[in-house]
Amino acid sequence: MRLDVERFSLSFVRYDGVLRQRSIQVLHDLTFQLEGGEVLALVGVSGAGKSLLAHALFGILPPNARSAGSLRFDGVPLDDATLPNFRGRHMGLVPQSISHLDPLARCGRQLAWAAERSNLRLTKAQLAERLSTFNLPRTVAHNFPHQLSGGMARRLMLAMATVGQPQLIVADEPTSGLDPKNAENILRTLRGMADAGCGVLLITHDLVQSVPYADRVAILNSGRLVGMETARSFSGAGDELTGDYARALWRAAPQNAFTPEGPIDA
Amino acid sequence: MTFWSIHIATRLVRLALVLAAVAVLSFALAKSSPVDPVNAYLGADIARAGPEQRALIAARWGLDQPVPAQFFHWLGNMLVGELGYSMTYNAPVIDVIATRFRTSLPLMGLAWLFSGIVGFALGILAGSRPDSWVDRGIRLYAYVLASAPTFWIAILLLTVFSVGLGWTPVCCAGPIGVVPEEVTWLQSLHHLILPLAALSVLGVAQIALHTRAKMVEVMQSDFALYARAQGASRREIAIRHGARNAAIPALTVLFASLGELFGGSILAEQVFAYPGLGRATVEAGIRGDVPLLLALALFFSFFVFTGNAIADIVYRVVDPRMDGKLLR
Repeated sequence: MRLDVERFSLSFVRYDGVLRQRSIQVLHDLTFQLEGGEVLALVGVSGAGKSLLAHALFGILPPNARSAGSLRFDGVPLDDATLPNFRGRHMGLVPQSISHLDPLARCGRQLAWAAERSNLRLTKAQLAERLSTFNLPRTVAHNFPHQLSGGMARRLMLAMATVGQPQLIVADEPTSGLDPKNAENILRTLRGMADAGCGVLLITHDLVQSVPYADRVAILNSGRLVGMETARSFSGAGDELTGDYARALWRAAPQNAFTPEGPIDA
Repeated sequence: MTFWSIHIATRLVRLALVLAAVAVLSFALAKSSPVDPVNAYLGADIARAGPEQRALIAARWGLDQPVPAQFFHWLGNMLVGELGYSMTYNAPVIDVIATRFRTSLPLMGLAWLFSGIVGFALGILAGSRPDSWVDRGIRLYAYVLASAPTFWIAILLLTVFSVGLGWTPVCCAGPIGVVPEEVTWLQSLHHLILPLAALSVLGVAQIALHTRAKMVEVMQSDFALYARAQGASRREIAIRHGARNAAIPALTVLFASLGELFGGSILAEQVFAYPGLGRATVEAGIRGDVPLLLALALFFSFFVFTGNAIADIVYRVVDPRMDGKLLR
């Protein structure tokens, strides 16, 4: 599996008044590759446009979005014609929050729907087995989403995203709002999937937390890719890092020799 | 469950208060209206009765007593189930309401059911593709119908289907000259079609617009977006997620619309001369049949209250997020 993002830009068209259109660019000229077997962490502060890239990959952007450049999966451009064959089957999305689960449908049923959408029909036993793979008790199938804890909901969404055995997994902030133990659990699962041959695009705002599980780290700032580093170089004072922004970000973490530049009491 | 018993007890107390308020208000209105029960009773014989005779009738009925005394006398009778005697139909009020209700029940029940089913389906269809031509068409239909008076629609239907095309009968619940007991169910159905259409059409617009609004919201929700990312089609999302989530508000509106159904039935039944509760209300009003009018006011209040109470309860039972609990 190979994902190619080439000179990808994204903008939104808004009406300014009645007739004048204004275009707001949110992603600028992104270029990177992701191969099977690796975890690429896409790190950026909120508002950097990380989730938009995920939505663009799955073709679920709002109608007023305009994109340029190309997204290719194993060389095939991802567009409205090809995406129906890829979504769910070759690429799975782990969404950001519990609001991505239908509040009125039982969890087991939602997992079965996800399977169906990947052309799989799961028996009750297979469903239970899927759940236990992600450390979810069998009873979860009968629960509604609001009855799950944050960690359980995230694991359920992970189970839904991977039920169709996709080669590419895009996880959009899979650890936000989770305690360290649950977050580690999710990240370890994603790492395991990469080790089994999948490509994992890990979208996160937490650099320090994701570094131990990633192979490479891409840093996004205001819609631009400002650095591509190996995860290994995020160590010590970050002297091995190639980009200034990456180094500043790494050093900004309290445990990594944080030194504020310039006087604080300006 | 104590939670439920407390809830039901509160509802019953409220129902009693509402009915008491309606009783006081409608009695006061009847008293201050120009309707004179003695005149209504005498009817065409009014010229032949002298003042002494009128005074005798008034005294016999207790109309010479102060108004509060009259009210409590009437209320006491109501409480023991003595609803009075209808001069219009020359039968006890309780019998009039019972027979009329039996005629109205299929009309109102079916209209209620149809407007629920058709309205929900149209709302799902429109809301799943907002601003498509299907949506525009359904919305136009709903707005036109929601703003068109029932009696006008009824007259229009009558003009087209009964007078112009001759497909449906012009009036009544059965063929003219046939006693109600001998009307076959096919004939009943034939006579029911137009009033039913007129009455359903009104409810459809309401439910369709409410369902559409919820559908638009659902189709933009995170879980609809996620379903798309899993490879679901728009149609699948509309049916699996949309219909599921839009059902609760639709049910609530449907139960809450019982009151409008009664209002609509008064107009529809009047136009089609359909001998149901609605027409009885108009007759009672025109002929000054005070006992029947007051009893109908209480009867309608009871139904509207019940509809609203069910609307209030139903979404708490249906929505799993409420865990069957009642917020109060």
